[in-house]
Amino acid sequence: MVAATALAEIDAHPAAGAALDIEQVSHAFDIDGAELPVLSDVSISVEPGEFVALLGPSGCGKSTLLRLVAGLDKPRSGTLREDEARITRPHPSRVVVFQDPTLFPWRTVWDNVALGLEAQGILKSQRHRVDAALDLVGLASFRNAYPHQLSGGMAQRVALARALVNDPKILILDEPLGKLDSLTRITMQAELVSLWQRKGFTTLLVTHDAEEALVLANRVIVFSDRPARVKADIRVDRPYPRHRGDPYLADLRRQILGLLGLDATW
Amino acid sequence: MSTYSLSDGLASGAPHLSRAPWRASWVRDSGAGVLASVAWIAFGLSCLWWEDVGDWSRTHSLGITAFVIAAVALFGTVGADYLGSTGRALRQRAPWLVVLGVFLTLWEVATAKFAWLPLPFFPPPQSIIEVYTDDLPKLLDSVFASVKLQLGGYLIGATVGFLTGVSIGWSRAVGYWVHPVLRFIGPLPATAWLPIAFFTFPSSWSASTFLIALATGFPVTVLTWSGVASVSNAYYDVARTLGAKPSFLVLKVAIPAALPHVFVGLFMGLGSSFAVLVVAEMIGVKAGLGWYLQWAQGWAAYANMYAALIVMSLLCSGAITLLFSIRDRLLVWQKGTVKW
Repeated sequence: MVAATALAEIDAHPAAGAALDIEQVSHAFDIDGAELPVLSDVSISVEPGEFVALLGPSGCGKSTLLRLVAGLDKPRSGTLREDEARITRPHPSRVVVFQDPTLFPWRTVWDNVALGLEAQGILKSQRHRVDAALDLVGLASFRNAYPHQLSGGMAQRVALARALVNDPKILILDEPLGKLDSLTRITMQAELVSLWQRKGFTTLLVTHDAEEALVLANRVIVFSDRPARVKADIRVDRPYPRHRGDPYLADLRRQILGLLGLDATW
Repeated sequence: MSTYSLSDGLASGAPHLSRAPWRASWVRDSGAGVLASVAWIAFGLSCLWWEDVGDWSRTHSLGITAFVIAAVALFGTVGADYLGSTGRALRQRAPWLVVLGVFLTLWEVATAKFAWLPLPFFPPPQSIIEVYTDDLPKLLDSVFASVKLQLGGYLIGATVGFLTGVSIGWSRAVGYWVHPVLRFIGPLPATAWLPIAFFTFPSSWSASTFLIALATGFPVTVLTWSGVASVSNAYYDVARTLGAKPSFLVLKVAIPAALPHVFVGLFMGLGSSFAVLVVAEMIGVKAGLGWYLQWAQGWAAYANMYAALIVMSLLCSGAITLLFSIRDRLLVWQKGTVKW
């Protein structure tokens, strides 16, 4: 699926990952005058190039944490740092892939992928990076298609290419595979791992699927119910590609489901 | 239970079809064309058979033209296979040619020949043709004046409306000041301003331009505004994380996302501006199709009125066609847009 030219292109620009420090971050929303706490004193330190999965019950505040890391919102208290520099607003070195592909329907696939370079005003000299990113996700032949002509999996691949074209130091994935069918999902999990291994960016993945977290990440952080606190920080020391039937992973999965209060289902 | 074969059920009908399949397909392809030809021959005969009850100079040429159209309809549809896309288009429109021929025949008979309809108010087809041939310069001047006035007012109104709509949708401060004004003035029919506009503006032409712009601007503003306001925040989030500045968010996210709404506003504005155009021309401006209508009524020249009305209808329809084709070009990314 990955063309040789695209590989060469990527190897020529190795984008190393950045370190991410989340220090005592708390956050809350105002809902009808009442304060709803969503994050409570969260501290996580991520090494450059790590693949960290954030796992927790739905609605616990994981996605809020991602928005803070992206710089889309500011925390009520605490600080977030990317390579020692404080995060105050969005920057293309930290790119988010959302649960919905949110492709711009009025742009072709190619123009969607070019969005970041165009916004930064460097598209003219960097057009080849758009082509390379499309090759990378195997959609070069769909460059002139409009989003409504794509399947869900293809649209999410375009969203991934749109993120990767910026050579992010931190890739933020907010349940990007959540709405895909299970076959596409498994394929794209493998693609994600190989992209991450090749490019070396730091990856933050929000998911509520324990198996997905264990297949992809080398660290799984389990959150409590809202307001989210870090409940467990689990290192997953297994080589890639991982197998879903691996007894070591199955054991970890049982532990994690126990932490989430689902041990009765096992 | 025995299996039922489809061919058993069809067997009774099959020989009936196979007896003369070519005849059935010939009637299907060319029947309407032959009928159209008959209808237009009838129209031609109705022109030439009886004497006119009035004095019209184009009766004879109209009858001859009807025979020519009948011949074109007949040979065009029967021989459509040799005429390519023209033939196909003719076959497709043949049923309409039938209706048109019948309508013209009835019209001719009811007016010029037996005067079943009271005469000065219901002129025959040949008198309308007479207007187009004999009063052409005046009619063309009127068309030109109308198009100029409409185009100027519409472009000003659409531009101002679009910019206002984007500003209200984007900036809270602009919205605070403009929204109440819009609510107060917008719903007022633009024609209500006519008396004031005609004495406050230096010329009737500038007053009419202002009124047409006003009629266009209101729907364009409201729909552009609602279009910008309804853009999903997710688009802005995506663009911001990719490094977009505010100007990029307006020009490359808000406006393209709002464009389908904008075109609804442009369409509505076009409709209401036509109304203002005609009223303004009837009351104040001394040129244009509205004025021509008024003038024709003053002279009881009813044929001229119908002739101008037909031209006006073609112009308005043409303007909408133009707007829709611009929309289709800009919004190719949308699925299932209405074909005008």
